[in-house]
Amino acid sequence: MGKKQDISAYRKRLDTALDNQFLRQAMDKFAVAYRTSRENAFAQIDVDSLVKQVADVKAAAVENMTALLEQFTHKASACGIHVHLADSAEDANRIIGEIAQKTGSKRIVKSKSMTAEEIHLNRWLENLGLEVTETDLGEWIVQLRKEGPSHMVMPAIHLSRFQVADLFSDVTGTDQDAEIDRLVKVARKELREKFVQADMGITGANYALADTGTIGIATNEGNARLVTTLPKVHVALVGIDKLLPTIADALTVNRILPKNATGQAITSYVTWITGPSECTTAPSGKREMHIVFLDNGRKKIAADPVFSQVLQCVRCGACANVCPVYRMVGGHQMGHIYIGAIGLITTYFFHGMENAKNLVQNCTNCGACKAVCAGGIDLPHLIKEIHARIQDEAGHPLQSLLLGKVLKSRKLFHSLLRTAHLAQKPLLDKKEKPYLRHLPMIFSSDHNFRRLPAIADVPFRDRFEKLHQPVKNPRFTIALFSGCVQDFVYPEHLEAAMRGFVQHNIDVTFPMGQSCCGLPAVSMGEKSAARDVALQNLDAVDLDGVDYIVTLCASCASHLTHGVPKLLKHYAPEKAAAFADKVVPYSVFMNDIVGIASADSAGANAGRKTAFHSPCHLCRGLGIHHAPHALIEKSGNQYVPTDEEETCCGFGGSFSTTFPAVSNEILTRKLDDVTGSGADLLVTECPGCVLQLRGGAAKQGRKFTVCHLSELLYP
Amino acid sequence: MVNTTTGSTKDLAATFTQKASLVSAFVHGVQDLTEAMDKTLELLAQKPPLDPQMASGKKRNPSERILAAPNLNHDTFLQLSDRCGAFPHIHLIRDRLRDFPGGIDMGVTTADFGIADTGTLVINSNDEQTRLATMLCEIHVAFLTTSAIRETAFAMTDELTALVTGCGSYTAFVTGASRTADIERVLAIGVHGPLALHIMLMEKD
Ligand code: SF4
Ligand code: SF4
Repeated sequence: MGKKQDISAYRKRLDTALDNQFLRQAMDKFAVAYRTSRENAFAQIDVDSLVKQVADVKAAAVENMTALLEQFTHKASACGIHVHLADSAEDANRIIGEIAQKTGSKRIVKSKSMTAEEIHLNRWLENLGLEVTETDLGEWIVQLRKEGPSHMVMPAIHLSRFQVADLFSDVTGTDQDAEIDRLVKVARKELREKFVQADMGITGANYALADTGTIGIATNEGNARLVTTLPKVHVALVGIDKLLPTIADALTVNRILPKNATGQAITSYVTWITGPSECTTAPSGKREMHIVFLDNGRKKIAADPVFSQVLQCVRCGACANVCPVYRMVGGHQMGHIYIGAIGLITTYFFHGMENAKNLVQNCTNCGACKAVCAGGIDLPHLIKEIHARIQDEAGHPLQSLLLGKVLKSRKLFHSLLRTAHLAQKPLLDKKEKPYLRHLPMIFSSDHNFRRLPAIADVPFRDRFEKLHQPVKNPRFTIALFSGCVQDFVYPEHLEAAMRGFVQHNIDVTFPMGQSCCGLPAVSMGEKSAARDVALQNLDAVDLDGVDYIVTLCASCASHLTHGVPKLLKHYAPEKAAAFADKVVPYSVFMNDIVGIASADSAGANAGRKTAFHSPCHLCRGLGIHHAPHALIEKSGNQYVPTDEEETCCGFGGSFSTTFPAVSNEILTRKLDDVTGSGADLLVTECPGCVLQLRGGAAKQGRKFTVCHLSELLYP
Repeated sequence: MVNTTTGSTKDLAATFTQKASLVSAFVHGVQDLTEAMDKTLELLAQKPPLDPQMASGKKRNPSERILAAPNLNHDTFLQLSDRCGAFPHIHLIRDRLRDFPGGIDMGVTTADFGIADTGTLVINSNDEQTRLATMLCEIHVAFLTTSAIRETAFAMTDELTALVTGCGSYTAFVTGASRTADIERVLAIGVHGPLALHIMLMEKD
């Protein structure tokens, strides 16, 4: 960690992580188990409204940060607590080092604090010749291994009991069995002496209550209680984002924090300290207490209209727990100090662009993090914002620059795609038409993990005239938004859909001026190109002339609904909103609006066990879960649920070409799940997912076939 | 509260018991303080010897059991002390717990409140001896009266604010025994704190 490096070095590290079998197993077990624990913890609780409450409480506190800090300082100082404000990591380290020196402290015990990790406090104190001992079990383990935590709540989640047993055998000089209960007892014994001998205790805090000058610390092991009771000096290092007005606010946050973190209703201990508390060994009878508030860029974040929501984070770690990338590579590769989605964002602010620039691309934009975030933060959006910001500061890579340029002109983009069609000709597999046999030069062999489809001979836009049948007294008039992948790679998805539209008396228009939806540009950090194409699409569609804008691509649907209005907030807000209002994904249109009763396939092709892969942009992006299931049943096939139905397939647009190895592992996990269900068919509703899943299933010789929902309904 | 289950003391006690049991606390329903003390001493008499976490200066009799009861009021402490007379090996203390860094067998404390929806005890721990008793013991026994149980932490914000207000205050929420899941996410009880938590839930003070 911490080394500046280029993307290929980062890819190598990812490969090493992917090869680490224990890590892979531990992470996968964790991902599966977490899903259930969280569900149980929130049974009978309205999670959304709780998240909303927490987000409101935190947002208000962030806005009032300066006043809260002043109030807290006033209260605490009146009690004789020393309150410090550290502007930077170095300031905080220096202040704490000085406290240790002034109080003659040599031995320090710590309870877990991500804020201390953020500023590399241990390193600083050890350089001063002080002995620092982490007392949280997981944190102690990684300290002994000279690693950083791999998760914000479970620092040693990447290790097995056997690795811990070996480590403890070294530490104690006696062989230790790999039995977890015993290992825990080893820590209990080894650390007790450290507690007793310590001169100074350092903790973080989950809450700082301004109205009473109180800090609140949540732990399970009870180590923070000893750290704040035995030594004569207590230093609490607290980010200024932890300030809240009252204990009532803290209790609101505390209702969600442990549930979201580990599925516990509450941690074993929550300790509220309004110091300085009694200490029988201190000359004054009171412990010397210091609170070091850390800014380190937080005030700047708080003042930023886009990023201030970052400070609504309550450090529950859930955004890592559900992240498909984290699940494959673990925390050491999915963060710098802070792990998971929030880590991708805060690394830029706390640890600089160099440490953030590769990390921030390691995201499929699947939205799983956003869906569980306790602070209601739009994490995937902010990750893209950081990506764009870094590119604006450090320069855009050629590839991304080209994409941006090309996308800005629809004509150029489309003529390039047509040229690419000609260029690929010699590469096409003669026997199996739909796949490129070898990849064009721009792709390295790494991308060969799935078979890539060929660009179609005739794009959909050139086929439309022939397919279009004028309808008298149509039930609905729709604009068909194809998206570039379906237009140029999978026109057959749209052709199938056209058959259904004709049957149901739907008048279809195909606005020729439509371009890419712009999501690929967003995903590569090309915001201005994304904005340009958004405006082009707005111009292309005659809004008054159509009832709906239907798209067979869930990513387009979600981006047109949520992304475009955000992009055009200062450009064409009303028109973007009116446009977004008319966008519906294919499944919803056919099932809920047209309300089909059965489909063409309900004959010969019926009766197959059919699994559904729910595109991220469909289930989380648009909140649609039911319509596709219903359509599968209406097609005369049998819908079979799968555990990972709503887990990302690993495509993520440019993600799959930037990090092909990770993408392949996410894909394989998904395909394994489908194989396990015994399905004959895997259906989805997004051409990007079809590309990934069909290509992967072909490459891996899976027994099931992959198709788009429209092909299932109107084969 | 919007909730309709503001409920009777009896309902709250039932919820409290259920939730505390979920986190492997042992809840004993008792009539009053006398019964609570009897139960406590019974537990202590059956307890296996201490597993010392540190070598201690003094040599101890292996059959000796150390019982710390720092925050009982004067009369209650005397009462407990009387009852201990029947158990010659029990050594009852209320002070200088720092002399036992390797651990004590049992810490008894009264709890100020209970919180039903999470099975949580609220203990005023301003006094260092109370903190040490609940941290260094192998078994923590808490005396709680049913009338002190509140529905949620939120429903007792005023009482909590009063507890945490004032210089030097130290308030503990205790839910179950100390635990960790830091190795392979496997739950293990008893890390740095008690190995077990018993709650004597008293119908009367
Ligand atoms: S959007 Fe998906 S891949 Fe990206 S950080 Fe969030 S959970 Fe991970
Ligand atoms: S960003 Fe959200 S999910 Fe992630 S740690 Fe913070 S609060 Fe939890």
